[in-house]
Amino acid sequence: MPKAKILNLNDFSEQRKQQASIICSSLFFQRGEKKILSDISITIPKTGISVIMGPNGAGKSVLLRTIIGLLKPDSGHVILNPEFAGKTALVFQRPVLIRRTVYGNLHHALGIAGVPRRQRKSRIEELIAIGGLAGLENHPARSLSGGEQQRLQMVRTLSSNPKLILLDEPSASLDPQSTHAIEEIIKSTSDKNVKLVLVTHDIGQAKRLADDVTFIHKGKILEQNSSPDYFNSPSTPEVKSYLEGDLLV
Amino acid sequence: MNTLTEAFLQSFQLMITLDETLVEVVLLSLSVTFKAVSLACLIGLPLGTALAVLKFPGQKTLVVLFNSFMGLPPVVVGLVVYLILSANGPLGPLGLLYTPTAMIIAQTILVTPIIVAHSRQIIVLLAEEYDETLRSMQASRMDIMGTLLWDSRFSLFTTVLAGLGRAFSEVGAVMIVGGNINHFTRIMTTAIALQTSRGDLALALGLGIILLVLTISINALAYGLKTTWEKHSYA
Repeated sequence: MPKAKILNLNDFSEQRKQQASIICSSLFFQRGEKKILSDISITIPKTGISVIMGPNGAGKSVLLRTIIGLLKPDSGHVILNPEFAGKTALVFQRPVLIRRTVYGNLHHALGIAGVPRRQRKSRIEELIAIGGLAGLENHPARSLSGGEQQRLQMVRTLSSNPKLILLDEPSASLDPQSTHAIEEIIKSTSDKNVKLVLVTHDIGQAKRLADDVTFIHKGKILEQNSSPDYFNSPSTPEVKSYLEGDLLV
Repeated sequence: MNTLTEAFLQSFQLMITLDETLVEVVLLSLSVTFKAVSLACLIGLPLGTALAVLKFPGQKTLVVLFNSFMGLPPVVVGLVVYLILSANGPLGPLGLLYTPTAMIIAQTILVTPIIVAHSRQIIVLLAEEYDETLRSMQASRMDIMGTLLWDSRFSLFTTVLAGLGRAFSEVGAVMIVGGNINHFTRIMTTAIALQTSRGDLALALGLGIILLVLTISINALAYGLKTTWEKHSYA
């Protein structure tokens, strides 16, 4: 896929801005001598599940953190569709749950989201049901299994009713059953018109979930395509090798 | 050896009979110490949290200053507070010198840096852990500080205990600003110093034993509460 060099934010047409959830323009991010993001320009569609794939160290997680504003790029810009401004959330690969119970974590998140105290209990019950965490309300969040912790993180993210959720390998190192549970939450969230951007290097998961796929390697975007085209007719040798299970070094 | 044994026996007698002077001194000590430590916590915990979370010019200098002030010489603090509260000092008209309030002020000044420095150290570690999560949740600065303070509460208990220890054992500053006035500003440490110099070892020893027992009891109680609360809140 030819990559357009975007030099000026005014180059974006209004139509493109409206159809996009996120526009990244010439993003560069370097730490020491290592170039982590190298001239990343990408438009992520406004709807559906966009998957970002690539081998470890490709820059996927850094790209997500840059998009949500946790990291500041050395140069370049990230433009969020105004519809999503202030309604974004990030699911981390390793959940950091606060030192409270399951209930306490959700109560805390709802408090930060500005949900009035009297509405929190019913909302927590809804979130517990979505996450399949019934019966665990009073358990210490940090003593849950890996899959339960990730589900709790997912539903904690939903507490602020985000319109755009970025997920950084949410099922990495989880067993198939837990992965299935996470994917069910992802699907049901997407069905509610929430835009999802999922980073994964699980090819099977990408096939199951993706509407469009972007492939990153060594900090550069090599391909962005619709899911069927990406998997059936990859246009770069790197993606072809990756999908065939070869090692990309 | 005989003197020591006699002193021990007399001190236990004073304690068992709840000697009026002894009780008065102990109660005043507890009152001054708890008020000073409470004030130091009110000032020090938010300040320590702010120093851990906020980035502003001069922040590192403040951290170094508070760390250094943990070892403030009590007599110097006593002298400065004395100068401020004395008749010719800026707060002289308030007439606070040689009152328990002056002792509370001096102890608060001594304890606050301990609370600030220790709490900052504890919270900065948790802040690193929670940083990205809370920022991705778009938590406000107040939300972040509140969350960190609450989730560090058990570790901060140790900080408060360190402050209590400092306040309980302090003698130099309170002696200068309180004047060690009988039935008014005499507390355990100043009474021990006075009775020892007078040769009344029984009362001095009795007070010393009570000071030790109180310190150990408060620490044991705090440890018990901390463990129970931790268990029940799954921290």
